[in-house]
Amino acid sequence: MSVDMSQFHQVFFEESLEGLDIMEQGLLALEPGSQDLETIGAIFRAAHSIKGGSGTFGFGEVAEFTHILETLLDEIRDGQRVLTGEAINLFLQSVDCLRSMFDSLQTETPLDMESANALHKQFEAMLHGTDAAADTSEAVDASGAPENDAPASTGWVVTFKPDLDLLRTGNEPVRMFRELEAFGEVTAHCDLEKLPTLGTLTPEECYLSWTLEIVTDEPVESIKEVFEWVEDESDLTYAPLGTKVEAESAVETADGNEAVPQVDADVPETAPEAAAVAPAATAAPDVAKRSEAAAAVVKANSGKKPDTSIRVSTDKIDALINMVGELVITQSMLGTLGENFTMANLHKLQQGLEQLEHNTRELQESVMRIRMLPISFTFNRFPRLVRDMSQAMGKSIELLIEGEGTELDKTVMEKIGDPLVHLVRNSLDHGIEMPEDRLAAGKPETGQIKLNAFHQGGSIVIEISDDGKGLDADAILAKARKNGLVAPDQELSTNQIHELIFEAGLSTAAAVTDVSGRGVGMDVVRKNINELGGGIEIESAKGVGTTMRVRLPLTLAILDGQLVRVGTHTYIFPIINIIESLQVKTEQINQIAGGSEVMRLRDEYIPVVRLYDVFQIDADSTRLEDGLVVVLEFDNEKVAVAVDDLLSQQQVVIKSLETNYEKVDGVSGATILGDGTVAMILDIQSLIRMAGVRQSHIQKTISL
Amino acid sequence: MEAVATDNTTQGVAGALDQYLTFMLDGEEYGVDILSVREIRGWDSATPVPNAPKHVKGVINLRGTIVPLIDLRERFNLEPLEYGPMTVVIVLNVNTDKGEKTMGIVVDAVSDVYSISADDMRDPPDLGDSVDTNYIKGLVNVQEKMVILLEIDRFLNADRLPTSSDYGLDA
Repeated sequence: MSVDMSQFHQVFFEESLEGLDIMEQGLLALEPGSQDLETIGAIFRAAHSIKGGSGTFGFGEVAEFTHILETLLDEIRDGQRVLTGEAINLFLQSVDCLRSMFDSLQTETPLDMESANALHKQFEAMLHGTDAAADTSEAVDASGAPENDAPASTGWVVTFKPDLDLLRTGNEPVRMFRELEAFGEVTAHCDLEKLPTLGTLTPEECYLSWTLEIVTDEPVESIKEVFEWVEDESDLTYAPLGTKVEAESAVETADGNEAVPQVDADVPETAPEAAAVAPAATAAPDVAKRSEAAAAVVKANSGKKPDTSIRVSTDKIDALINMVGELVITQSMLGTLGENFTMANLHKLQQGLEQLEHNTRELQESVMRIRMLPISFTFNRFPRLVRDMSQAMGKSIELLIEGEGTELDKTVMEKIGDPLVHLVRNSLDHGIEMPEDRLAAGKPETGQIKLNAFHQGGSIVIEISDDGKGLDADAILAKARKNGLVAPDQELSTNQIHELIFEAGLSTAAAVTDVSGRGVGMDVVRKNINELGGGIEIESAKGVGTTMRVRLPLTLAILDGQLVRVGTHTYIFPIINIIESLQVKTEQINQIAGGSEVMRLRDEYIPVVRLYDVFQIDADSTRLEDGLVVVLEFDNEKVAVAVDDLLSQQQVVIKSLETNYEKVDGVSGATILGDGTVAMILDIQSLIRMAGVRQSHIQKTISL
Repeated sequence: MEAVATDNTTQGVAGALDQYLTFMLDGEEYGVDILSVREIRGWDSATPVPNAPKHVKGVINLRGTIVPLIDLRERFNLEPLEYGPMTVVIVLNVNTDKGEKTMGIVVDAVSDVYSISADDMRDPPDLGDSVDTNYIKGLVNVQEKMVILLEIDRFLNADRLPTSSDYGLDA
């Protein structure tokens, strides 16, 4: 019977990635030399299940790589080895490496074994090297290690004679052999002696037995572990391979096997040197490699991914089931009421409908809540980032995280991750000063970066604050003048100057580093946040620190909308984009050459878009002063849209137009209003663009 | 998928019958594969889509899904007809490059359901370059009347619904 294993792959990947998260968090919590057995144990267990799973599913490379990791962790757990800072670094790198391996497996792209092999070598050097070092420094420890010394021969010969009903208990010899292959070269001899004739054969019974030769320097315990589950159902013997080879070497001519013990015997001598060289060698390329690994992860992420899933706490599901139960009760109540309805029951009917409304709203809310995840999913990556980068830059930085339980829609969360990383990197690189500079400025040596998340109204606010040097308004202004972003004689308020950092092509970092300073970034950050329907504010004082405040809608599925009317049509503006609505006077409107109109509002000139014009529909009046204009802002660009009337404000559920139709310019989606009709939700960004296109088109017509 | 499957059966087994739903349009009878028909409903006002081509009458709310309606008369450049109580919307599942889409076509009236064998189907005559017969699956004679069978996937797909940007230039 063969089971299609691939159907379990997705679950395995998810579990493994979760395991990697556990490992990473555990590793970050550990200090060098730590004896925190609970954390080490958790890391070990995570590594162990990844190894087991990948062996079972036939991902040999992953299993092999995890195995050496596990061996090291096991020794640390047993107290045979001290957890060094270097080991933590290596483990963290291997977490990255495994993550990129899983990404490749998931997207079914070939594995990049280069970094894995490099890490593998480093681990091996550590495994053997420090063993020897420990032997010399701690004589006591040596007594704990003899089992490790003994198998330093060549491998093991295992005779495996399973009972007849081995297969019935769900054990699969082939899988075990594959697991053995992770240790080294395996030669299997199958003994067919007990195989009955075809007539008497029962296909569910196992008549075969094997003699396995495993060329490895693993201790026999590792081999025994593979057969752990079948110990009671089979006869197993273990013998060192060397003896057998010697015995047979009389008969057979000496083959490659004999060369192996000599090579292995050499290892303990060369290893200490290797280990001594390794730390120095690893220190420098560490950073580069890590950023490489990070880049690889990012690259893999952008690739196609299969269906995503979401883990929901049972509480939420239970609440949902309760609510559906109530809905069913209400429905049956209304049903009974409808069967022989008289006007006398009208009151009851109204009550029932009220209850139905209540149920529906609650149900909607709890379904929405299923998509909500605590923001810790995003915040969790920052301890690692801050640790790695502060080490690379020689800064001392403490990261404080607050409000990690604040919940946010999964889609929003996925999209906000990268912008947040960028902001935190900025704080690390530009914000926090070098320790000596901090001391000179009378600040504590250790800088502080604080991440905070909380709900405010219908939005979530994420704050990234540092106690670094703050924005240098003068430097920014000087740079902006130099780049021509600001006219030489233009005076700006401090806030306006701070806003300048969101412009493309402006970086005040003295030197361009690999972290930041290329002047691309903040504009992209703001664009991404705006696309999510959010905004970003900045607050900074020179020498005191900077606070970035990102405001996001809680969900992308529901939007606070302002209904407007143009002729007989109803459209919806996202309220978050609306600055104000007003009646204009004729003298406020100016025609600019080329046919475009601008409206003067206080000290600003804002382009005017006539909605009836861009959508080619009939409005009540083509005179602006008869209707209203709604001033909207997107990505710091303002536009005044002329409409006939403002209707109500309401929450609308966003529906895609693209599902069954096409993307429509000027429209971001549609929704269904209370009366069942469809209304278009307007896309401010593309309206601004359309206004521009029309104007240039008019210009073209005129020139013709 | 459906279209492929039916093709196979009609070619493989002689005399295999496919069912077609037929409707009236300006006196002519047209047929679509009944397996692609999702439902038939009366005409109800639709919300116009800004800058959409003339034959896209707008979108309706079909139990929570937004579905576009296409006026087949205007699509075929026939004289538009005032919508009345007989005007019917046939909601179809259409396979496009971007996956299955649901669309509604506005027709004069629904006519009948016929079982038609592929053997009885005739290729449309070559009408020259001026007429695109690509979306006609075939012609068939039913009770001395000609029925035009439409290849609905090709017809609503190849005819990519133009976006307003295509129209922006001649607006």
